Amino acid sequence: MLNVNNLRVQYGAFAALQDVSLSITEGQIVSIVGANGAGKTTLINTISGLLRPVSGEITFEDKNLLHLEGHEIAALGIAQVPEGRKLFTDMTVYENLIMGGYSKHAKLNREKSLEMVYELFPILKSRDKQLARTLSGGEQQMLAIGRAVMMNPRLMMFDEPSLGLAPMIVQSIFNVILRLKATGMTIMLVEQNVRQSLQISDYAYVLETGRVVLHGTDQVVSSNDYMRKAYLGI
Amino acid sequence: MKIQIKKSTILIGLLLIVGFILPRFAGEYYIHISVLVLFYAYMAVSWNILGGYAGQHSLGHALFMGIGAYTSTYLFTVIGLTPWIGMWLGGAFAGVIGGFVGYLCFRYGVKGPYFALVTIALAEAAVYIVTNIPSIGGAQGLEVAWTGNAPQLMQFDGKSGYYYMILVMTIIAVWLSSWLIKRRFGYQLLSIRENEDAAEALGVNTLRLKIQATVISAVMTALGGTFFAQYFTYINPRAVFGEGPSVQILLFAIIGGIGTVWGPVVGALVLIPIAELSRGWLGGTFAGAQILLYGTVLVLTMLFMPNGILGLYHKFLGKFQNRQSDGGKSEAL
Repeated sequence: MLNVNNLRVQYGAFAALQDVSLSITEGQIVSIVGANGAGKTTLINTISGLLRPVSGEITFEDKNLLHLEGHEIAALGIAQVPEGRKLFTDMTVYENLIMGGYSKHAKLNREKSLEMVYELFPILKSRDKQLARTLSGGEQQMLAIGRAVMMNPRLMMFDEPSLGLAPMIVQSIFNVILRLKATGMTIMLVEQNVRQSLQISDYAYVLETGRVVLHGTDQVVSSNDYMRKAYLGI
Repeated sequence: MKIQIKKSTILIGLLLIVGFILPRFAGEYYIHISVLVLFYAYMAVSWNILGGYAGQHSLGHALFMGIGAYTSTYLFTVIGLTPWIGMWLGGAFAGVIGGFVGYLCFRYGVKGPYFALVTIALAEAAVYIVTNIPSIGGAQGLEVAWTGNAPQLMQFDGKSGYYYMILVMTIIAVWLSSWLIKRRFGYQLLSIRENEDAAEALGVNTLRLKIQATVISAVMTALGGTFFAQYFTYINPRAVFGEGPSVQILLFAIIGGIGTVWGPVVGALVLIPIAELSRGWLGGTFAGAQILLYGTVLVLTMLFMPNGILGLYHKFLGKFQNRQSDGGKSEAL
């Protein structure tokens, strides 16, 4: 569904991603794991069109994304749940959700998507008139996910959804990701929480200082000796 | 369904009634102050669409005011074209320039303080360009020749005519501003102000929207520029392109409550009378004291009301937590 080929992204002279190639199969959960500074967020922002690569290519169902602006990429059905949520903090919960549903395609399904979001996160419904910045961290993460669901996307990219959340909330967020997969969505999950993300994914890539050092199905990656030692601590 | 009359509707109704009957009771001097209040309210509302809603702080909005003032006045002096048409030509010209400036800045990701600096530079450049073109008056500026009471040439005997004109302009501007903010367009502008990257990733064409906001704001500001020229009957480069009007335009929006519909109006309504009346009272005996007083008011407002006068009002009502109790839901959909 999504193919990334020999991607190279630089901040000035510093190469944040080098020779990164990966592919995401429709209907799967693919995780990209790695430590701080590995280039995970850079990868997501490049796919979303917020950053421009130096070289390489990104295609989504044979459409070249490098010629498109960020909003055009969003219109193809690629949504991101950004790191640190990036909510519209002085707008209400309801307004944040509606902002996700403004594209032509999303607008047709807006009522249905809103129902789905409220079903996934009932708490958002009871807080729909509250300003986004008055929500708790977990609720904000739910709102960020809900806002992306409102886009009625085909590919959802999660950037560290577990960041700064209590273990119980993390578990419920991961359960929501599984439920989204069940509705037919394809998911790219970028995480530092290696153990838990491997548990729910079909395929995984390991990024280190801007390079893919290992990839394979969840079993292959989690049974790899280096992975066990460096990331899983077993 | 029960018909509900909101308190705000009553308040707006009262304001309108007072607004329309005021010249019958007030003397020339108070009408003049009211004209100034309305003029700056109008300009601040125009600025607010770009600076408040979209969060792009232009510190050189006098550029557009000057374009409006000079276009209509030049066409009036040279070919005798009525300012009623000239003001729209000025608006169109300002719109084109605004679109160009917006494209130039936003295409290359100029934002925040850098956008502010670019706008200052452009307005300042305009001062020097106009100063050095003798055919449009150069440093001496242009005078609007007085032809007697001629409403068809936007010239009125006495101040009431100007008063009603700027009153109608302000009403339309406030209405437009409140209509825009409840629509998809307004919500998208707010999302850009709140978080531009997130907006873009959600499918908002941030570049196009920012340019559109600049054009709308520029056209409105230029129309105000024509009014300024007709009311004061004299313009020069510094007076309409300079930093004075640039700062004044945004001052009222910021003091009143940036990014709100009524903030710019409230700002002008509070500050102009303080400035003008204190000049009348103190100007003769303690020359300069009124500027001191005005400065003190500004400092205190910023210190104790960082969200503007309306921000403080909302805080007292606890409204800030659940702004828009009816959520603008009906119209946003």
